[in-house]
Amino acid sequence: MKAYERVAAARANNRFTALDLIGRVFTHFMEMRGDRRFGDDKAIVAGIAYLNMTPVTVIGIEKGHDVKERSMRNFGSAHPEGYRKALRQMKLAEKFKRPVVCFVDTSGAYCGIGAEERGQGQAIAENLVEMSGLKTPIISIIIGEGGSGGALALSVANEVWMLENSIYSVISPEGCASILWKDSSKAREASECLKLTAEDLSELGIIEKIIPEEPSELINNIKTELTKAIKKYSAMPLEELTEHRYKRFRNIGEDLIR
Amino acid sequence: MKPVDALMIFKKPKNPLEGHGKIIPNEMSAELTVTCPQCKKTLSPDELVIRLQICPYCRHHFKMNARQRIHMIADPESFIEHDTALEPRNVLGFPGYDKKLKAAQLQSKERDSVVCGECTIGKLPTELFIMEPNFMMGSMGRVAGEKITRTFERAIERGTPVIGFALSGGARMQEGMISLMQMAKTSGAIKKHNDAGLLYVCILTDPTTGGVTASFAMEADIILAEPGALIGFAGPRVIEQTIRKSLPPGFQRSEFQLEHGFVDNIVNRKHQRKYLYGLLQFHRGGGA
Repeated sequence: MKAYERVAAARANNRFTALDLIGRVFTHFMEMRGDRRFGDDKAIVAGIAYLNMTPVTVIGIEKGHDVKERSMRNFGSAHPEGYRKALRQMKLAEKFKRPVVCFVDTSGAYCGIGAEERGQGQAIAENLVEMSGLKTPIISIIIGEGGSGGALALSVANEVWMLENSIYSVISPEGCASILWKDSSKAREASECLKLTAEDLSELGIIEKIIPEEPSELINNIKTELTKAIKKYSAMPLEELTEHRYKRFRNIGEDLIR
Repeated sequence: MKPVDALMIFKKPKNPLEGHGKIIPNEMSAELTVTCPQCKKTLSPDELVIRLQICPYCRHHFKMNARQRIHMIADPESFIEHDTALEPRNVLGFPGYDKKLKAAQLQSKERDSVVCGECTIGKLPTELFIMEPNFMMGSMGRVAGEKITRTFERAIERGTPVIGFALSGGARMQEGMISLMQMAKTSGAIKKHNDAGLLYVCILTDPTTGGVTASFAMEADIILAEPGALIGFAGPRVIEQTIRKSLPPGFQRSEFQLEHGFVDNIVNRKHQRKYLYGLLQFHRGGGA
């Protein structure tokens, strides 16, 4: 499949969302809301759930389904309070020794007046720092769109996986095309240049795993892989676990440095 | 030396460049005159170099190249540059990137968008990273991320503070996801530096946006800004396109960020050396 077809698939209106997956992969999901500072950002859902019998903290960026829900979720573009809500839940996960699972699906962190006034950049930056040292396992899965910093803010994990038809990119293909060729309709060409598909990113060593998407297998695939990974990382001494996460990002592209 | 006495040594030279050897000209010296974008007065480029790229009429801070900043901040002859050999490469085979890199290197006379090294300020040691406006407006790719990460790692090893000058349009699109990963990489190194009890000061200069704002620029213990600098996550044009409204004047400028609690202070370029020295002095033993 061509890169732009992946982009279209990742954005498709009828694609499953984070909550769809959360409800099927986990049981007894209990949503916890608010960042205790400003408000409750509905673009991000967070809470606790069971993976088989193991309690985990689950965080997802939710786009919503119908028009009404999508607008309530701000189309999955989070404000700073969304990232701060996620961080609050991660801190609780650390306290209660629960692994963290993130489902990422966003075209990007929201670009607006309120978002800037409340420190969008600072909120993302804080997550990067705190996640880098969080003393509990983190697994992040890009399930649809992995839009730049807004996606990275939930993806400083021990392992980052991508669903087969998801994308992860430093800039939207449209944004890239409009900068490169002053023509946002050349998004198809830009998609190829950006190397944003799961295959490309696996090859570049940016992600660990590609999860196949056949509808009958998807949930089982995620469940099996998560169970294995959580077992592996929960057995690691905490020091080693955070060092593993640090090295994961420290070493990306290191082979490219002479 | 008492702290007050120590501060006195910076009172002496009227011009902080005085006694710093030869003045490094800014790229604008090629022009005969420069018009201040704020007050529209005509200025001479040579005068601007002496005046630290500050407009004498309205205090507008022009962009300053990395070498001139080092000159302004560091004790004379104290700067030792590190990781000079790291060279950017077009790993993704991105169209036009090779040409763009060559042009940027020619324009800035730097290999990539950040200059890193160690120096002393008033004899107190610190690591420095300074981003370069003439190199693709400080765009952050693999080399910039690696150099900044190494700066923090060196500081941890030596138990020294880090002073950074942020200036960037954001992550470098032409390096794709490898450039986005630099945000996480630098953040991890900053976390380790922080856990070692060491001081990190970042000065945000015009412009500081995108992936740099959303990572190391906003992660310092003390965040300062130059007057009137554009500081934000999304650029104003992108925001206007998203909300389909024009933005109020002063939006995302340093003064706005100070008002909203995201920077500790706004420091005029003329006072930065003394200000930084004061901070290093305060944190001696705890990082300096």
